[in-house]
Amino acid sequence: MNIVTVGLNHRTAPVEIREQFAFREEELPRALRRLVNHYNINEAVIISTCNRVEVIGVVHDMEKGVWEVKKFLSEYHDIPYDDIKDHLYVHAGEDCARHLFRVACGLDSMVMGEPQILGQVKDAYGMAVQSNTAGTVINKLFHKAFSVAKRVRTETRIGASSVSVSSVAVELAKKIFGELTGRTVMLIGAGEMAELSARSLLGAGVKEIIIANRTYERAVELAKEFRGRAIMFREFSHYLKYTDIVIASTGSPKFIIRPEDVAGVMKERKHCPMFFIDIAVPRNIDPLVNNIDNAYVFDIDDLQGVVEANLKERLKEAEQAELIVTEEIDGLYRWVRSLDVVPTIIALQQRLEGIRKAELERALSQLKNLSDRERKVLDAMTQAMVKKILHNPVTCIKQEAHSVEGDTFIEAAIKLFGLEEEEIIKKAREAGGN
Amino acid sequence: MDILFFHITAAFYFFATIIYIIYLLTHREGFARAGGYMVYGGFVAHSITIISRWFEAGRTPAATMHESLTLFAWLSILLYIVLSYRYRVMVLGAFVAPFALFLLITASFLPKEIVPLAPVLESYWLPVHVGLAFLGNAFFAMACIFGIMYLIQERYLKSRKIRGLYFVLPSLEILDELNYRCLTYGFPLLTLAIITGAIWSEYAFGTYWFWGARQIWSLITWFLYAALLHGRLTTGWRGRKSAIFSVAAFVVLLGSFLFINFLIGGAHGLLG
Repeated sequence: MNIVTVGLNHRTAPVEIREQFAFREEELPRALRRLVNHYNINEAVIISTCNRVEVIGVVHDMEKGVWEVKKFLSEYHDIPYDDIKDHLYVHAGEDCARHLFRVACGLDSMVMGEPQILGQVKDAYGMAVQSNTAGTVINKLFHKAFSVAKRVRTETRIGASSVSVSSVAVELAKKIFGELTGRTVMLIGAGEMAELSARSLLGAGVKEIIIANRTYERAVELAKEFRGRAIMFREFSHYLKYTDIVIASTGSPKFIIRPEDVAGVMKERKHCPMFFIDIAVPRNIDPLVNNIDNAYVFDIDDLQGVVEANLKERLKEAEQAELIVTEEIDGLYRWVRSLDVVPTIIALQQRLEGIRKAELERALSQLKNLSDRERKVLDAMTQAMVKKILHNPVTCIKQEAHSVEGDTFIEAAIKLFGLEEEEIIKKAREAGGN
Repeated sequence: MDILFFHITAAFYFFATIIYIIYLLTHREGFARAGGYMVYGGFVAHSITIISRWFEAGRTPAATMHESLTLFAWLSILLYIVLSYRYRVMVLGAFVAPFALFLLITASFLPKEIVPLAPVLESYWLPVHVGLAFLGNAFFAMACIFGIMYLIQERYLKSRKIRGLYFVLPSLEILDELNYRCLTYGFPLLTLAIITGAIWSEYAFGTYWFWGARQIWSLITWFLYAALLHGRLTTGWRGRKSAIFSVAAFVVLLGSFLFINFLIGGAHGLLG
């Protein structure tokens, strides 16, 4: 039983190639079933996102299985194999598991540690379960991947800090105000970035949003969208004292908020903190406002700086996440190896039991006048012999299954005792409920 | 026996401090949790230290400077444990553990012998007065620590350079809130400590107030914290100002406490 990943991602293939390979959600069940119809492919999952297309398969013969997957990808999307072969990567065995874990944790993503990919992997797995192409190995592998991803989320801070300007604005606001419920935001000017930040802040629980814009109609429009309140642009300074977070993004060439304005407002607010986000260029808020107690001013460069600091923090956390992945791989791989052992041992026992029964019958047919008791003794004796002969090989195979050369022992047993390989694979499939 | 456990306690706080430093450098919550367990372990040893001392001395273990500092550290840790159950501020231990360690190290340099208490001081007022005073002090210590945390976090936000402790420190709002809470508990405790001290003094010496150095300084401390609380409640002092003031007030409190005792010896210069 081998696991293998064949696929491409944003690092190995440009978007022109990736888009040709993408699977639409509705075609996935058909594609999955077509995959497992291949002789060597027992189980399969297809992960298809805008940054990656991967087939994770459980194959009987590694080489043939990989070739079947590659051929499937090329034929399904009707692209000559020669055009894609340089973009495809193949991870087999432990590397396959490691790759899947890293993908699920966001360690293989374009934005390090982004959390969406985990949901996408879960959907892909769900699709395989629905389409009946996920068996024991895939089930185990993916559930493990989900638990590893969860462990990485809880034990590292890989997803803890924000890496986009609008989410950084929320994160900073939380470091100043704690919870944002009950806070009021004012948008002065209504650029796209301001809108985005306002949306994130609302998502984080901000209570009220006040919108001031030079064209009043636009303010009203936005107010409707955010269930906020539109005010006349020239009135905005009257509302500052009710505002905890100010997002400024007007095209004004001069500062529209100056230190003396804020100092006055601060007194009225009883020095409750104010957070000024200035995403306008040229800037709308005099940087000297930052010198006033309890006022915090971040301009667009400052926010970018935070994004970069957070990305660095994520890279540091990624190292820790890699260690967790390695640890979990060891645990999983012990299990995958042992899977082959069980049917082999059963086949071995059945083979010897068959010989024993046949030989016993032959002997008994020649010894016609034995009493029942004597027959029982003979039966018990042969049983004990088989058991004792098998004892050492079976323990040995079980133990070695967890070691690196586990496969060699299984192969040796199959050859030495002349076991039927096809039988064993069939049994393994039955055991897996496939 | 109490000396043995005293050393075990100090060792626990020492390792807690080391682990917390690693936490501050790596930001891994696992270290913060491990540091927390170390502090719990230390607290158990610490409790045994105090209880066995209590039995050996046959009186409240707060007569010598060594005992007082040990008791103060114990109450601070107790308060930390209560606070960390109530508020999830993981990084708090990183400040409390070294503080407790500092108190114990200071105590370890002082004479550890058990000295008998002057009979005039034997009274039920002793544990009450001492307990109230040190619990109040522990609250002020926490207020000071939250103030320091506030000032650090504020510096990151004001300088707009996000790194280091920014990631592990909680929000300014919570720090300010906790600073305030600790002050509102510490102040009445200090007030009660002064009152019970006066009653005890009346009981022992026949006068409520004799203008000893300790009494003068506790009055000064009381006025400082009264001013701080007044500022917070009426003129909207908050954040930075309050943080600086609570650090300064605690420096005066701890400084006068240590200084007076080193100079005169004994909690009130009444021993030896």
